[in-house]
Amino acid sequence: MESAPLGREYSDGEVICRQGEEGDRMFVIQDGQAEVTFREEDAEYVVGQLGVGDLFGEMAVFDKQPRSATVRAKGRARILTLDKHGFLQRVQEDPSFVFRILQMMSSRIRHLDAEVARLRRLVSERDVPAS
Amino acid sequence: MALKLQDGSRVGVVGGGPAGSLFSYFLLTLAQRMDVRLQVDIYEPRDFTRPGPGGCNMCGGIVSESLIQALAVEGITLPGRVVQRGLDSYVLHTDDNEVRIETPLHEMRIAAIHRGGGPQGERRRRWGGLDGYLLGLAQELGARVVRSRVRDAGREKERPTLQADAARQAYDLVVGATGVNSSRWRLLEQLGLRSRPPRTTKAFITEIDLGEELISRHFGTSIHLFLLSVPGLDCAAVIPKGEFLTVCLLGERIDETLVQRFFDSAAVQRCFAALPGPQAQACRCKPNINVREAERPYADRVVLIGDCGATRLYKDGIGAAYRAAKCAARTAVLEGVSAAAFARHYMPLYRSIVRDNRYGSVMFGSLHWIKRMGPLVGGVLQMAGKEQTRPGAARDMSIVLWDTFTGSAPYRDIVLRALRPRFIRRFAWETLTSMRSRERGAAVKESSDHGIGTIGS
Ligand SMILES: Cc1cc2nc3c(=O)[nH]c(=O)nc-3n(C[C@H](O)[C@H](O)[C@H](O)COP(=O)(O)OP(=O)(O)OC[C@H]3O[C@@H](n4cnc5c(N)ncnc54)[C@H](O)[C@@H]3O)c2cc1C
Repeated sequence: MESAPLGREYSDGEVICRQGEEGDRMFVIQDGQAEVTFREEDAEYVVGQLGVGDLFGEMAVFDKQPRSATVRAKGRARILTLDKHGFLQRVQEDPSFVFRILQMMSSRIRHLDAEVARLRRLVSERDVPAS
Repeated sequence: MALKLQDGSRVGVVGGGPAGSLFSYFLLTLAQRMDVRLQVDIYEPRDFTRPGPGGCNMCGGIVSESLIQALAVEGITLPGRVVQRGLDSYVLHTDDNEVRIETPLHEMRIAAIHRGGGPQGERRRRWGGLDGYLLGLAQELGARVVRSRVRDAGREKERPTLQADAARQAYDLVVGATGVNSSRWRLLEQLGLRSRPPRTTKAFITEIDLGEELISRHFGTSIHLFLLSVPGLDCAAVIPKGEFLTVCLLGERIDETLVQRFFDSAAVQRCFAALPGPQAQACRCKPNINVREAERPYADRVVLIGDCGATRLYKDGIGAAYRAAKCAARTAVLEGVSAAAFARHYMPLYRSIVRDNRYGSVMFGSLHWIKRMGPLVGGVLQMAGKEQTRPGAARDMSIVLWDTFTGSAPYRDIVLRALRPRFIRRFAWETLTSMRSRERGAAVKESSDHGIGTIGS
């Protein structure tokens, strides 16, 4: 599908939002892909990949905390920014407006649950002394 | 008896414009969430892939930034074949000057689209229209499209009925989404609606065939708006699209003389001066535009959405159709389809659109008045033009103009913003100084020299 010329174009590796920064906007990928990374101490881990139609940056809008992760364009990408004020006005008028975001967040939690379980298993396997 | 939609209920939607398609899309999405299976028939005689008026629901073709954002959250990303140009700025032209207003994000957040298969003579058939795309989304969720016009409607026992070419069909809910261009009000009255119909006025649209390269070079990614002292003309817009420029005139009495006066005006001549030769008008139409709402848009098992009910005065009609369509769909699935359910859960939104239009009328009335007073127009342009030369300074006029012309904010917010003492003080000051420098003969040049404004406070 040819992408719509909406939003702003980011070049490969360009930061769309950065972990730790304040932010009150959300983003939707119009075209291309983005990579989500999490920095802990000196290491950076890739924690997710995003594609067309995916929305991100919503956590800072809901919990007013700094950005939880960094998102960079992977290849060339087009990103549309969503204003917090307009978003909250829509939610006020139509609470079902958040359905899709809830759906997306719950699928991310499912994914995280599976990941936590996998890591626990790895840790417990490593902790079992070799016989 | 509570009137509710249940498993197997039948819904008839008259009209597959944005209101009818978005209603069907949200109705089916919500019903799936609630584990209710519905059968939805959308009656739509137009073939939206056809170029020319037969495949088009005649409009300027701007999808507002608020609607683009809302659709993105809903999971509806308009594809490239529908969006013919992303727009990021406005250029406001007056009789003797102009100012450009941009978004602070420098991001394309407004979409220029064609409604159908494009104007007559569309050369490259790579575009698809918005209406066809939205209708396709509803079809993907299971709505059935009946390619016929509904000619007759009525009631059979308690249920509303529709008749197109084939046999009369009875439905558990009928949704009127006929717009104001191709159906008589009598059809909706037959469904039991006894109320004052919407009031309409004529608008004018023409498409100028320029080709992509010339449009990009001369019009870029800006909508050009004209506030001119042409009597009878409220506002005019020139919207760059893929291959065509759409010219759209709004006013109380638009006729050929007025259209000619617009094209002959100094501002339009200036704007088109660099273009080669006379421009061919590929397509012209005079659609109706809804300027006052239908009084009571519901009855038992019947609801009106989009232009045949209430829309936003002059701006963002598609955005208003989206809000009404979704609210009616939510009411039908979650609250029921009785007159009482619509009165309780749909009317608050409907009334809020209508109430906001009252502010809109005041605003457009003031604009009319400002237009007639040369010095005030000078004040508007000078204030907006100066705002960008002071980084970090308040962008009061730029925001008011942006919100007015993009249709992004409720009219009430715009009016309240323009009534703030600071705004009035600054506006009065800029008007006075622009009058003084005009007297010195230098004013016009000055504000066009810094005629790039950026919104954001
Ligand atoms: C000059 C002008 C410029 C405009 N510019 C813009 C703009 O730039 N941006 C914007 O957001 N809005 C704009 N609007 C407003 C916008 O066009 C409308 O608000 C929008 O089209 C409303 O959608 P709708 O679905 O209610 O009606 P419509 O788009 O009119 O669709 C109604 C549909 O119902 C069908 N229909 C009618 N009767 C029957 C029947 N008996 N049986 C079966 N089908 C039937 C028609 O074929 C049509 O497809 C403009 C309007 C005008 C007049």
